[in-house]
Amino acid sequence: MATRVGMEVSIAAAEAVKQANADIIAAYPITPQTHIVEHLSELVNDGELDAEFIPVESEHSAMSVCAGSSAAGARTFTCTSSQGLILMSEIVYAVASLRLPMLMILANRSLNSPLSIWNDHSDVMSVRDCGWIQVFMENGQEVYDHVFIGFRVAEDRNVIIPFMMNIDGFMLTHVIEPIGLLEQEVVDRYLPPFQPLYRLHPNNPVTMGAFGPPILFTEAKKAQDEAFNKTMPHIIKAWQEFGDLTGRYYHPIETYRTDEAKIVIITQGSLGETASIGIDMMREEKEPVGLVKIRLWRPFPFAELREAVKEAELVVVMDRAISYGGPGGPLAGEVRSALYPQESRPRVANFIIGLGGRDVAPEDFVQMVQQAKAQPGEWYEIYGVRE
Amino acid sequence: MAKPENEITWRDLEVGIVVNEPGNASVYCTGDWRSQRPVYATERCIKCGTCYIYCPDMAIKILRDGYIEHDLYYCKGCGICAQECPTGAITMVEEEE
Ligand code: SF4
Ligand code: SF4
Repeated sequence: MATRVGMEVSIAAAEAVKQANADIIAAYPITPQTHIVEHLSELVNDGELDAEFIPVESEHSAMSVCAGSSAAGARTFTCTSSQGLILMSEIVYAVASLRLPMLMILANRSLNSPLSIWNDHSDVMSVRDCGWIQVFMENGQEVYDHVFIGFRVAEDRNVIIPFMMNIDGFMLTHVIEPIGLLEQEVVDRYLPPFQPLYRLHPNNPVTMGAFGPPILFTEAKKAQDEAFNKTMPHIIKAWQEFGDLTGRYYHPIETYRTDEAKIVIITQGSLGETASIGIDMMREEKEPVGLVKIRLWRPFPFAELREAVKEAELVVVMDRAISYGGPGGPLAGEVRSALYPQESRPRVANFIIGLGGRDVAPEDFVQMVQQAKAQPGEWYEIYGVRE
Repeated sequence: MAKPENEITWRDLEVGIVVNEPGNASVYCTGDWRSQRPVYATERCIKCGTCYIYCPDMAIKILRDGYIEHDLYYCKGCGICAQECPTGAITMVEEEE
């Protein structure tokens, strides 16, 4: 059956794209995404993957090629980071409204300036509202698995919405982890061939991307919003069926030691593994702390979050991006919105951490919990700054 | 389109707002955008076809005898035909006139 192999996470992601039998890959190299696309270009060149690898001259072109590719009915993959995402963002929004399914891996990296190639979540937060399904991955196994899950969800006739996987640059992309690989036969059972609802074909012409005058634009946006709000059960079903086939089950959020936790830390992405070590340290000291990891960012799992923190008196949210002039980090804003309708709700403290590749250690979580307990009120703070 | 635009609900729209009736842009009356209208003086026309080539909206028809006719359903009133006509056979007048 399944084999476990020590592999760089980027290589595992590319191998999964091969096993998913992608038809078109269009990408422009940018650190820290490069290993994924380099490996894919080798796989195509060596004839191991029967696909077109289109080496475009910019990310704007990469996403434009992906738009055409998906519209023509091809299984479509791209991958970028940071400035690359910003450059392609015009088309990122368009493909969502055009309902063109595809998979993108975003190797999360901070945005200029200062120039930084290192990891935080400011890139993805710039396209938070672009209309893609967005997940945050915690480890290499999740990355490998979600290539299949992502294609399956995006292309599902009940969904037809592009899918974005956030994987922390370097922290995930460049580490070697044991990865449980799937037999091709299991992948093929899980992921049927892409059957587009509409495709650009001369025998049956359609217009995609026509203009929407004021009398129709609002209806178009309502249709898109309704479609997006109906995706949650189909995402959950795709996770369930993946678990039934592989034994690896995923959920919109994961909890760690939240039983009787009066304090809950909330993280996204690879930080969850570090935080869980911090939780263990605090639990040893009888601190009633638990951890909630948000895997599904869009659509946001409001009900699941409320359930997970229902016993908490204090919630400490870890953001890895700043919303200048806003309420703190983007994740804390969402958490507060989720909790607001409740009659009694925990206090929310918000730290902004790990910007531009700054390390966060298990001990930092202990210190942040101590500070959050001691400092009353709702606030946000950039953690670990030299004063 | 089966329904007039102002009766189309969000449920009537295709996924991705795909238009699966090709060429239906031809029903769209771009003539509504016009604030100036071309006026054509046949007696000055030398049948050169320059206006026909330049019109960005294909709103000029060449008749069998070589003279031309403006299709005001589509003509947006940009004035390019009047600008390009070598004999001044086309002039633009305000729509209200
Ligand atoms: S005014 Fe412009 S749109 Fe109208 S016929 Fe002349 S060139 Fe064409
Ligand atoms: S450009 Fe002027 S002269 Fe030439 S065909 Fe048109 S109206 Fe006639």
